[in-house]
Amino acid sequence: MHWITALFLRDFKLAVRVGGGALIGVLFFLAVVTVFPFGVGPDLKLLARIGSAVLWIGALLSTLLGLDRLFQADRDDGTLDLYLLAGRPMELVVLVKCAAHWAATGLPLVLATPLFALFLNLEPIAIGAVTLTLVIGTPALTLIGAVGAGVTVSLRRGGVLLAILVVPLSIPVLIFGVSSATAVLSATASFTTPLLYLGAVTLFAGVVGPVSAAAALRYASD
Amino acid sequence: MNFYDLANPSFFLRLVTRVLPWLVAITLLLFAAGLYLAFTAPQDYQQGITVRIMFVHVPAAWLGMFCYGLMAIASIGSLVWRHPLADVSAKAAAPLGACFTFLALFTGAVWGQPMWGTWWVWDARLTSFLVLFIMYLGIIALWKTLDDPNKAARPIAILTLVGALNLPIIKFSVDLWNTLHQPASVFRMDGPTIHPALLVPLLVMALAFTFFFVVMHLMSMRNEIYRRRVRAMRMRAAAAPSARASLAETNKA
Repeated sequence: MHWITALFLRDFKLAVRVGGGALIGVLFFLAVVTVFPFGVGPDLKLLARIGSAVLWIGALLSTLLGLDRLFQADRDDGTLDLYLLAGRPMELVVLVKCAAHWAATGLPLVLATPLFALFLNLEPIAIGAVTLTLVIGTPALTLIGAVGAGVTVSLRRGGVLLAILVVPLSIPVLIFGVSSATAVLSATASFTTPLLYLGAVTLFAGVVGPVSAAAALRYASD
Repeated sequence: MNFYDLANPSFFLRLVTRVLPWLVAITLLLFAAGLYLAFTAPQDYQQGITVRIMFVHVPAAWLGMFCYGLMAIASIGSLVWRHPLADVSAKAAAPLGACFTFLALFTGAVWGQPMWGTWWVWDARLTSFLVLFIMYLGIIALWKTLDDPNKAARPIAILTLVGALNLPIIKFSVDLWNTLHQPASVFRMDGPTIHPALLVPLLVMALAFTFFFVVMHLMSMRNEIYRRRVRAMRMRAAAAPSARASLAETNKA
C-alpha cells in the first residue's frame, strides 16, 4: 500500500473510532441548529431566510470543536516525531491528515446538512445551494484550522485558544459561503461569483494551510 | 554598525539609551504642533466640530495596520534569519497594535454616532478592523500561553504571517464591498480629495503618532530584553541549587 493511502486510512480510522468520532461533530451541529429557533423564535419565514447562515455557522463551530485532535494525539504518543524523521515531505503528510480529518468530521456535517435544513424550512433549491457551498467550503475550514492546530500543538489545553485563533482567519470562507448560499433566494445577487471565490479560498488554504502547519510542527517537535 | 551588530542585545540597549531622549523630544514637539493645528483647523461644513475626531482616528487606524506589517516583517526576520531581536520586536509590537486598533475602533464609534446615527455598522472596513483587533488579542494570548519565549517565537511568527494575508483584505475591502464607510480619500491615484487645511494637521498628527509608536516600541523591547535576562538568571539559579547551598555555607563561615 502506498504510504499516502496508508496514512489516510490510519488517520481516518482513528478519527472515526476514537472518542465518539464522526458522530460527535454531527451531534454538536444538530444541537446548534436546534438552539437557533429558541433564540430567534419559531417564525418559519425568518428561519427560511437565515437558515443557510445558521447551517454555515453550525458547520464552522462543529469544525472548530474537533480541530485540536488533528495533531494532538500524534504529538502525545511520539508519532509526529516519526513523521518528521521518516523523510517524507511534512507538507504532504499534513495535507493527507487534513483530508482524513475532513472525511471523518467535515463530510458527515455536509451529509447531515440536507436533513437539518428541513428543520429550518429551507426551500429545495436553498438546500442544494447550502450543501454545495459546504462541500466546497468545509475543507477550507479544516485546512485553515490546521495552521491553528499546528501552532497550538504543544499546549496542554489549547482548544479554546485554537478556536479564537482560527475564527478570524476563517471569516472569508464564511462570507463567500453564506453569500453564495443565500444568493439563490434573491433575484439580483449572483450565485456563481461568491462560489468561485469560495473555491479560490479553498485552493489557497490548500497551499497555505499545510505549508504553515508543517513549519509550525517542525518547530514544535525540537 | 550593521544589521548583525543589532543582533547583540547589549548593543541594542546602549543604542536605545542614546536615541530615546531625542525621540521623546521629537514626539512631544510633533504632538504639540499637531494638536495645535488640529484645534485651529477650520470645521468641516457638514461635520462641524466632530471632524476633529479624524485627527486621532485616522492615525490610530494607520498605526493599527502599520504595526501588523511590522510584526509580519519581524516574523520573517525571526523565521529566516533567526534574528533574536526580531522575536522581541514582534512580541513588543502586539499589545501596541491592539491598543491602536482599539483606539481606532473606539474613536470610530464616537464619530459614527453623530455622523451616521449609529455606534457600529457591519461595514467591510469596520468589520475587518474588528477582525484585526481579535487577531492581535489572539496573538497576545498565545504569547502569554506558551511559557518559553524562545520556543514560542517561531510558531507565533507563522501565525502572524498567515494573518498578514488578511491585511490586504482590510485595505481593499473598501473597494470590494463599497458600503457606508467612505472610500479611501488620502492615498488615491488622482491625489487627495481631502482639503489641505485638514490634510496638513492630519499628516502632522500621523507623524506624531508614528514617533510615539517608535518610542513605545523601543521602550517595550527594552523591557522584554530585561524580562528575558531576569528569566534566564532565575533559571540558572534554580538549576544550580548546590551553588546556592555552597554560597550559603561560605556566608555562614
